[in-house]
Amino acid sequence: METPRETSAPPSDREPHKTPNLAGSSPRRGRSSLADSSGTGRRGDAIFKFASSGSGILLLVIMAAIAAFLTVRAISAISADHGNFLTTSDWQTQADPITFGIAAIATGTIVSAVVAMVIAVPVALGIALFISHYAPRRIAQALGYVVDLLAAVPSIVFGLWGALFLVPHMLGVNAWLNQYFGWTYVFHQNEPGTQPRSLFTVGVVLAIMILPIITAVSREIFLQVPRAHEEAALALGATRWEMIRTAVIPFGRSGIISASMLGLGRALGETMAVATVLSPSYVINLHILDPAGSTIAQTIASQFGESQGTGRDALIAAGLVLFVITLVVNGGARMIIARRKEYSGADA
Amino acid sequence: MAKRIDVSGLNAYYGNFRAVEDISMVVEPRTVTAFIGPSGCGKSTFLRTLNRMHEVIPGARVEGKVMLDDENLYGSNIDPVAVRRTVGMVFQRPNPFPTMSIKENVAAGLKLNGVRNKKVVDEAVERSLRGANLWNEVKDRLDKPGAGLSGGQQQRLCIARAIAVEPQVLLMDEPCSALDPISTLAIEDLIGQLKEQYTIVIVTHNMQQAARVSDRTAFFNLSGVGQPGRLIEIDSTEKIFSNPSVQATEDYISGRFG
Amino acid sequence: MSSLATSSRSLGSSLTERRLPRWMPVANLALAALIAIALGAGFGFSSKLQWCLIGAILFVAIQYTASALVEGRRHAKNTVATSLVWVAFLLALLPLISVLWMTISKGIGVINADFLTHSMNGVAINQDGGGLYHALIGTLEQVALASLFAAPVGILTAVYLVEYGRGNRLGKAISFFVDVMTGVPSIVAGLFILSFWIIILNMPFTGFAGAMALAILMLPVVVRSTEEMLKLVPNELREASLALGVPKWLTITRVVLPTALGGIVTGVMLAVARIVGETAPILMLVFGADTINYNPFSNPQSSLPLYVWTEYGKGTDQSQARAWGGALVLIAVVMVLNLVARGLARWKAPKGLSR
Repeated sequence: METPRETSAPPSDREPHKTPNLAGSSPRRGRSSLADSSGTGRRGDAIFKFASSGSGILLLVIMAAIAAFLTVRAISAISADHGNFLTTSDWQTQADPITFGIAAIATGTIVSAVVAMVIAVPVALGIALFISHYAPRRIAQALGYVVDLLAAVPSIVFGLWGALFLVPHMLGVNAWLNQYFGWTYVFHQNEPGTQPRSLFTVGVVLAIMILPIITAVSREIFLQVPRAHEEAALALGATRWEMIRTAVIPFGRSGIISASMLGLGRALGETMAVATVLSPSYVINLHILDPAGSTIAQTIASQFGESQGTGRDALIAAGLVLFVITLVVNGGARMIIARRKEYSGADA
Repeated sequence: MAKRIDVSGLNAYYGNFRAVEDISMVVEPRTVTAFIGPSGCGKSTFLRTLNRMHEVIPGARVEGKVMLDDENLYGSNIDPVAVRRTVGMVFQRPNPFPTMSIKENVAAGLKLNGVRNKKVVDEAVERSLRGANLWNEVKDRLDKPGAGLSGGQQQRLCIARAIAVEPQVLLMDEPCSALDPISTLAIEDLIGQLKEQYTIVIVTHNMQQAARVSDRTAFFNLSGVGQPGRLIEIDSTEKIFSNPSVQATEDYISGRFG
Repeated sequence: MSSLATSSRSLGSSLTERRLPRWMPVANLALAALIAIALGAGFGFSSKLQWCLIGAILFVAIQYTASALVEGRRHAKNTVATSLVWVAFLLALLPLISVLWMTISKGIGVINADFLTHSMNGVAINQDGGGLYHALIGTLEQVALASLFAAPVGILTAVYLVEYGRGNRLGKAISFFVDVMTGVPSIVAGLFILSFWIIILNMPFTGFAGAMALAILMLPVVVRSTEEMLKLVPNELREASLALGVPKWLTITRVVLPTALGGIVTGVMLAVARIVGETAPILMLVFGADTINYNPFSNPQSSLPLYVWTEYGKGTDQSQARAWGGALVLIAVVMVLNLVARGLARWKAPKGLSR
């Protein structure tokens, strides 16, 4: 809270008065005494170190400010809330009394992200393995480039594609899933044949969207597996798949986890691809083929235009929840990676 | 259980480049055969053709025949995976699996072959580690990572891993080149013991080592840069080092080139 | 020592194992495709997606059965893994190619000189024409402002992490929060600027507000990529320079940074390519406009992704066509940035550092 002034300071505040110092670095002139020469160096060193550590600290301040500002606005919103923020599904910020809660939108966020991960992670690992260990070498390199480029396609494009192309194509898949897997509850449709603007379709779009990024990161990891380990496995009489299981996967495990978490973070926070595809409603409905539910990010984007005052603060509160969820996911991933460090093979 | 290797007319390629040309030789069971020769003469490439590891490198292929007793390793219905199970290999740099403990490393080959019985695995681990002269040093820390051992211990761990699947032949590609003299001595002693059961082929740059451990020695050379490597002669180690029949061998051994 | 022979039986000592002929996968693929088409046509599945999915599942199943019958279980597993990897690759390629194909085929018809040089001023939603010049200007200015802040701060932070902060507490904290920052969703960055810049400081919606959010998103990417590049600079270079009596900061600015320059520029450009496509914070902070506004410090602007979103939202055929056109321009910008960055990385890579 006490840091707003520094954070607000845009580029102008910290950079300019340093840059001249960097550029005008006078190489030491005199060759006189040790004390002299180190004096010039010391001042330059001090300034440069200050500039670089200052930048690092600025980054910390921004992070602290994000947490602080979101929390302040969120508290003011939650105190005006007539429902229970954690357990209410409804999002009525225009009505009187104001009632809103994250139960439905947080559920929707997690459900769509889980669907996306279930589809994307195995497929992405498959592609990564294909590129690193199965495809002919020349094709592999080209494919690597293509995947990197696809990872950069903006999410709004995926959203556009999802809404205008995928949604109509999902009708058949939905009907089929409902017919044969309706008994699983998850794939049951209350009204078969409705437009598939559902959390499931959102999950599919998210999966396709995060596929390239998970692939790109895990491919890098798989390529780093030392040849010696792969040959050791092959020389023991392992088939290619057994070689991958004994040498490649264990070596790349922590990398796979962080790649997946990167994808999960994107899926959780994705706004536009969800907003274009989903027809939102503020209820918890675990029949994921029904056009229902909504996600935090999508709610913020779609409600923002018509919200004022407390309504906006309520959206900020929702954003804070999203922030905390992504923090937990990232922290969890880091812990998993740290715990496996002993066996990471980094020194090999 | 040790088998005889009979190579005839073998050529090995990397893409269009012929790395090894027209090699024929016989390796008798329960002997140590050393391959010597200058760098780049195809010793290691040839060694890798003996358990079909050569073709693991993209673009690499082999022509010719390698008979293991009465089976041609390059026959049409031969499974390279089964070949590598039968012909074990130890590499230049120790390469224990970094994500596995000492015990898991030794048991890796057994696990691959579907041996799940804990008692059988434990016995095999102890037997192999004893066979590799490593048991006494590691028996109290079998669950520690294999990468935590010293270089020489790691190499003996790799030997233990290779003999755990009970191969017929053991190929060693400069197994001591990354090791200090004391570890080297330990491995050389081990080779002397292992030859009672296995057919051993070892590539080495160290001629004293070849003289110390091997029964027979093969000298490889290449006629020029970009030319394929060839087998110059193979004979008993004693003869190669005292009275070789080819001048180039004598030049190489006496240190006049290479 | 002869006990070694006892368990060798279980390992299978024969070298010959029955193998499937090499054309088998192709034949199986054809068989699976035939059955899938028959099933698809027979049951009247409308979507070709289903046909592909059924074919894929059948292919893996047939591969497994054939391999298990002839080659045994270990090889069957290997065959299944190989088939799955291929199937994953082919299946995933379909939607990704479809995204690109749709965008190009639908967008190319809209794009012409008028589209690139005109704004949406006075264009009704069900009217042809109009363009995205205003959005292009907005994107350029916002991204430039964001880079102006994020690039120097990010590079200096990375310098601190690699050259000064190794292992100390501040370095660890910064490194940790760079990771956390990487995971901050774009909408949260937007909300942060909204809460303090617009709600608390009561500033208007401007391109600059959006640029601040973009800078937050860009910063960690720049730090990470620069850090990677600086780590690649061999320590010998630093030591050589220090041993000549050059102070540390000159070593960094004259030796380390120039050595890594190619990689750093590449990293910054890739970070730019990432934020060019960000929609959510722009939506909240820049608010959108149909007219050309050259000044990012006053009044709302537009931007390419926002343009796609608003045109899509208008819902008419004409506006959706414009949305595709905008998407194509956006993809083109991102791709060009990527290609130039990667080309630069190759060209500028210090000898011996690139793999």
